[in-house]
Formats: sequence, structure tokens, C-alpha cells
Amino acid sequence: MPGHSPSRLLRAAALALPVLLLTACASAGGAGAGDAGPPRPGGTLRLGLSSNPDCLDPQQVSTNAALNVGRQLVDSLTDQDPKTGAITPWLADKWTVNADSTSFTFHLKPGATFSDGTPVDAGAVKTSFDGIKALGAKALLGASYLATYRSSTVVDPATVRIDFTAPSAQFLQATSTMSLGVLAPAAYKKTAEQRCQGDGLLGSGPFVFTSFKPNQEVVLSKRTGYHWGSPLWAHQGEAYLDKVDYKIVPEPGVRTGSLASGQLDAITDVQPVDEPQFAAGGGFTEPVRPNPGIVFNLHANVTRGVLADVKVRQAVSKGINRPEVTSTVLTKNYKPATSILGSATPLYTDLSKDLAYDPTGAEALLQADGWVPGPDGIRTKNGQRLSASVIFSAVFNQNQSVLELIQQQLRKIGFDLQIQLHTNAEATQLQQAGNYDFLWYNVTRADPDILRQQFSTKTGNRSKLAPGNPLDAVLDQQSATVDPAARKPAAEQAQRLIVEQAYAIPVFELTQVLALGPNAHGVGFEASSRLQLFDAWVSAA
Amino acid sequence: MRVHPVVRRLLQAVLVLWAAFTLSFVILYLLPGDAVLTKLGGADGGVTASPQQIAEARAQYGLDEPVLVQYGKRLADALHGDFGTSVSTGDDATHMVLTALPPTLAVTGVALVLAVVFGGGIAILGTYTRVRAVSQFLLSLPPLGTSLPTFWVGLLLIQLFSFRLRLFPALGATGFASLVLPAITLALPTGAIIAQVLAKSLRTQLAEPYIEITRAKGASRRRVHFGHALRNAGLPALTLVGVVAGNLLAGSVVTETVFSRDGLGRVTASAVTAQDIPVVQAVIVLSALFFVLLNLAVDLLYPLLDPRVAVVREKVTAHG
Repeated sequence: MPGHSPSRLLRAAALALPVLLLTACASAGGAGAGDAGPPRPGGTLRLGLSSNPDCLDPQQVSTNAALNVGRQLVDSLTDQDPKTGAITPWLADKWTVNADSTSFTFHLKPGATFSDGTPVDAGAVKTSFDGIKALGAKALLGASYLATYRSSTVVDPATVRIDFTAPSAQFLQATSTMSLGVLAPAAYKKTAEQRCQGDGLLGSGPFVFTSFKPNQEVVLSKRTGYHWGSPLWAHQGEAYLDKVDYKIVPEPGVRTGSLASGQLDAITDVQPVDEPQFAAGGGFTEPVRPNPGIVFNLHANVTRGVLADVKVRQAVSKGINRPEVTSTVLTKNYKPATSILGSATPLYTDLSKDLAYDPTGAEALLQADGWVPGPDGIRTKNGQRLSASVIFSAVFNQNQSVLELIQQQLRKIGFDLQIQLHTNAEATQLQQAGNYDFLWYNVTRADPDILRQQFSTKTGNRSKLAPGNPLDAVLDQQSATVDPAARKPAAEQAQRLIVEQAYAIPVFELTQVLALGPNAHGVGFEASSRLQLFDAWVSAA
Repeated sequence: MRVHPVVRRLLQAVLVLWAAFTLSFVILYLLPGDAVLTKLGGADGGVTASPQQIAEARAQYGLDEPVLVQYGKRLADALHGDFGTSVSTGDDATHMVLTALPPTLAVTGVALVLAVVFGGGIAILGTYTRVRAVSQFLLSLPPLGTSLPTFWVGLLLIQLFSFRLRLFPALGATGFASLVLPAITLALPTGAIIAQVLAKSLRTQLAEPYIEITRAKGASRRRVHFGHALRNAGLPALTLVGVVAGNLLAGSVVTETVFSRDGLGRVTASAVTAQDIPVVQAVIVLSALFFVLLNLAVDLLYPLLDPRVAVVREKVTAHG
């Protein structure tokens, strides 16, 4: 099964049918009314997801499919402005943070209730945060946000204080995510497994859980009487949609065909090969947003083989033609990386000059370092070949094609990149054991602290750096304060060190590409590029 | 020591179920990694858990215990019909499989009927007709049918009948209309196999000396074909139904993915990918049970078609 999953074959087959696909789409243009008039309440949005959200509880899940469902069910203490990255009020209308970012006090807005009628008060928030902490590894994202969580204290019914054992500046942004979304106390009377299936999934969000047929559909309904939405949203009051009907459609060709033929109103994960048909018009629109966080990159293990040499890593970075990757294997919706962080991440620094394609510079660097071209074009030094492998899994569909192109680009400077596809479990095992040259991955997170998660010697340390290095110091600095003025220089220095030392070599920014039919409007992205459906509406069919 | 044949059959069935359970456990155990690693490492977000978290999660799911202890516990629970909790969905494994069964049975059931009717029809007509061109045409269909990839056929049918002609839905499992396209997709390769086997044995039977004798006695062509040749040729084809039922289940992995349906195929494929041992074992043991029962039914049908089979069985019984 690994490497030859049916869906891979299916995708190949879908590519074999472009002519039929295009004719099918051409006939579908006139299906919808196409008027984008004022938003109207009512109706159902049929939204095609690419994979089954195995679990629906936003506190437990970490896949996009599941987060795109969970976001609509829960509210968060704060919201994050997708444009500026600023943290703004939601369930809490104000908050204070102590000087070393170990204690956060939130003042809750009055009037919000969970779907079982109980109030969203300080006690409920405490129960919810304690509940996430108790989930342990089951709450993968939540656990990383609450790694140093000490306790929550009910100061008064409208005030809750959350304490940490170490500076935790990232926590403020984390309170805006669905992973730390607040569930009703009654939810924790059910087991984590029951909540996964929707049983006891009681949030205060603009939609409520209605039904879940695994591998087929998830249905959410409008929460009546909802009036405590985030001020960032386009309207206030209840959501427009009566129902959201998520259909699980794993096969990309069927997803696009269903949208084109009007059997779906919107789809996620539009494949690069299918993008042009919806960009062309016919009432279709294609909302896109790059993911914040760590971009897709070749993360080097600096203790192994040729990658221990900083000059080699720098040459690899110069030898990758990033615009060629996005323009040939991907589409113009995907941006070439301009830092280790995506451009949608708060405190992102533009380092595009350092990441420019420079094959001559790369070759000069290698030549000066003693690497000379061998008979097959691959350089050698003291009998050692200039070769390293990269471990990846097929989480993102285009991974293999992207890496094959990078392989060709690096061959031109005399570097031999071996690409190794693994199952998720194998890749994780190799990564845990430190048994890799390069890792290929990305992480979505709208906060620069994600760098500490992967690069600090106290946490992930994927580069296998020695403790006490200069990067550790700036990573700690940026985690010690929520004040952007103090945080920005540290975050910038961290990005600069990573790119200059080529601890990880950024390549491109993962982008969410949606396609909407003529009926669907207002489907938006929140700050982490997951779906926000509060302002979504459908025009009369 | 002699055992009653029915008891022996039952013992065989138990042995098959145990072997299926054990083999699936061994294979999943031998694969590198486990369900916890897949779950905690495979997020779209790319965040991976720390080694401590992974160890904790393994303990939660009982994956930290020695293999033999895990095997013993799972086997003991399975005897009570409890296959444990799915690591990836948190749902009860037995419940997951039982929920996924009806939609799969609906599609495979309709597909099997289509396959028998059309596969059988092509074989009978192809061997019965005196028009050479018709015979050649009909008998060239089965090899074509077996060589077409299921997913390609499925996508083609969706493109034509759902996206262009809009006769059937492309997605979901609501109502009979949503059954049609997946059932046809699934029936095609199976029907082709049935047609090939039946046509071949019909031809073999028609060349047998007893057919000449029957003809010489003045039996009509129709009587020779349907009354004698088909009756004898049906036996291998019937045996085949037991085998093709397995094909249908395997094919459901592909059809359920193409047609966005829930079912045993989807559940199995994702459980295998995630190394979700409880779910895989529930699927395998249940499928094995299904095959044991199906083959028992086929065995019981043999004597109705061929009295010689019954004679052998009576002899055995007599000794028992």
C-alpha cells in the first residue's frame, strides 16, 4: 500500500481525462444565478473536502479537513486579524499579560452561551483549558501551545487567569486558534473519543454539530441567537447559512467535476492542474491564501555527511530556483519562499535577496571549498560524493514533483539529491531517531514562535544544533514577550540566522486554493488560512 | 479418530479466522512505525509530537506492551467481538466496520447480480449463437472487461453520466440512484471473469462425447445447450462466485474512493495506511467470516448441480 495508494493511481487517472473534464466544465457555466448582490440569509453550502476529518473535536485534531470543520463550532478567547496578524477581542474583550509573559488574564464579554444554554464564564474557560491539557498527546497542537501550562484560576465569573511555568508569548496567538477553542463543561463529561464523533461537542460557535457520516459528510446547522461574533467579521448576529454540508470527496477530479457540474457549491484543495478551469471565469471564483508558519523547506541535519559543512548548505540554497518551482510544478497562486517563515506570518522578515537563484555563486562556493566535479557531474572531495537524501511523505500532493525538480536543479551545480518517499509513520520514526540528512515539511502557525518549536535545542531541534548556539538565544528572546517592538528584532534575527546558516532551506509557501461556484459567496480564511464560514452565503439557485 | 464433517468444517472455519487475525497482527506489527506515529506525525500542520508525548500516547492505546501481551489481549477481546478502539478516529472498531458494511453490501450485491446476469448472458449467447461475427464480438468483451482499470472506468462513467448527462449523482450514498454507477463500475471486471470462465467451460462441455450422444438421441439444440452443457459448466462458475466476491470487496476500495462513498473499502484503506490495527483486524476477521460462510453455501449448492458431489459426501458421512 505505501507508495502506491489507490488515490495516487486515481490522480494519475484523473490526469488522463482532461478533455472530458474540460468539456464537462464548459457546459456548466450557466448553471448559477451569478449575482453577488447583498448577502442573504438561509440556504445550504455544499462544500467538498479532500479527506475525512477522522475526528471533529477541534481541540484534538490537526489536519486541515478537521480544522476547517471545527473552526465553525467553537469560539476562541481572541481572534487574529488575517491582514495584520494583530490579536483582537472575541470571547474576551480585553486581556493583560504580565512582564515576562507567564500570566495571562482575560476579561470575558457578557452574554455568550454554549449550545447547551450554559454561559461562557471563567469556570467554563478553566474547565476547557484543563480539559485540553488532560488530553495530552491526543491534543497535538493544543499540547504544543500549552507545553508549560501551570493552571487556570477563576478570578471572578467574568475573569480568568492562565499561568505558565515559563515565558510563553506564543500563547496569546494560540488563544485565537480553534485548537484552544472553548467547549462547554458538559463536553468533558463525555470521553475524548465520543467528542471526536460529535457526541458532546458543545461549543459557543456560530454553527452547531448536526451529524457526521464518516467518509461521507458532516452537517452543521446555524446557531440561532448567536450575537457574540468576532468584531473582525463582516457582519454581526447569526451566520447567514442555515446549514453547512461538508462532503468528503477524496478524488480531486471528482471534486472539481462536481463543482463544475453544480453538485457542490465550493471545494478545498484545488489541484494545480485543475486551477485554470476555475480561474477562467464562468461565475467561478478562486479564493487563495498562503499559509503562515514555516514554509516547505529542506531542513538540514547539520551533524550528518556533507551537510555538516555550512558552505555546502549555502550552495544548495543558492542552487535552488524557487520561482521555477512555483511556475512549473505549482501555479502562480503559490509564492516562492522569501524567508523560513511564510509571508502571512506575523513578524515575517523579507530575506528574498538571500534566497535568490545564484548557480554561479553556488558553484564558486563549492569550488573554493574543494568540491570538484567528478566524471558523472557530481562533485567530490577526498573521495566523498556531494550527495544527501531528503525524507518526505505525500501529505501535500505535489511534494514528489517539487522535489524531483529541485533534484534536477541541484544536479546542475554538482549536488546529488536523493529523494525518499515514506509513509507518515516511517517519516516520523526517522525524524524522531534523527536518522535523516534533509527533512521536507511545512508547519502552519500564525506566530513566529513556531521557529522555536522546530529549531530550539530545548524543543524539536531538527537541525541537531548544539545547545547554547546564537539561534537558541534569539528564539528564547522572542518567546519572552508579547510586545511586538521587543519581539520583532529577535524574530527577525532568528529568521536571518536560519537562512544565512542554511539550517533549513526554504523553498515555497503552501497555499490554500479554494474554488467557489456561482452560488457561493463570502467563504473566507482566518489568520491560519483555515476556513471561516460565518460570513459565507449562497445566492438562490 | 474420525470427526463429523460438519464439526470438521466448523473447526476449519475457526482456524481460518484465527489465522486471519494472527496474520494481520503480524504484518501490521512488522511494518515500521505504528498508528500512534502516523497520527502524531502525519498532521497537515507538520507539527510532530515530542518523544515523551508519543510514549504517553502509546501507553494510552496499549501499544507500549510487549508484542505477545498485546496479541494475547487483542485475541481475548476479539473472542468477545471487541476489536478495540480505532487510534485514528476514536470510534469502536467493531462499530466502524458494522456501520461501513451496509453501503458496501448494497453496492457489491447489485454489482454481483449485474455481473452474473450480464457475464452469464454474454457467455451463453456467445456460445449459443450460430452467427460467427456475433459470437466473436461477444466473446471478445470479457478480456477487454478484465483489462480496464476500475478507477478509470469509474471516472469515465462519472464524467459521462453525472457531470455531462446529469443522470446520476457523483457523490454520496443516498438512494438507489447513487448505487447505479459504482455498481456498474464494480460489476464490469467481475462480470468479465464470470463470462470468461463460463464461456470456456461451456465450450469444453459442448466438445464432450456425451453431448454428441445427446444430440444423436434427438435432443434440440436449446435443450443440449441449457439442459446439459450449462448445467455441467455451471459448477466451476459457481465456485468462482465465491472467489469474485473477494474481488468485489477489493474493488470497493477503488469505487468507494472514486464515488465518495463510505464503506468497508474506504475504512480498510485508511486503516491500513494508518496502521490502525484494531480496525484492520475487525475488517479482516469479518471478511474471513463472510468467506467461510459463502464457501459453505457454495459447497451446499454443489449437490444440486452435480449429484456426483453428493455421492462422495454421503460416503464420507457414512463412515463418520
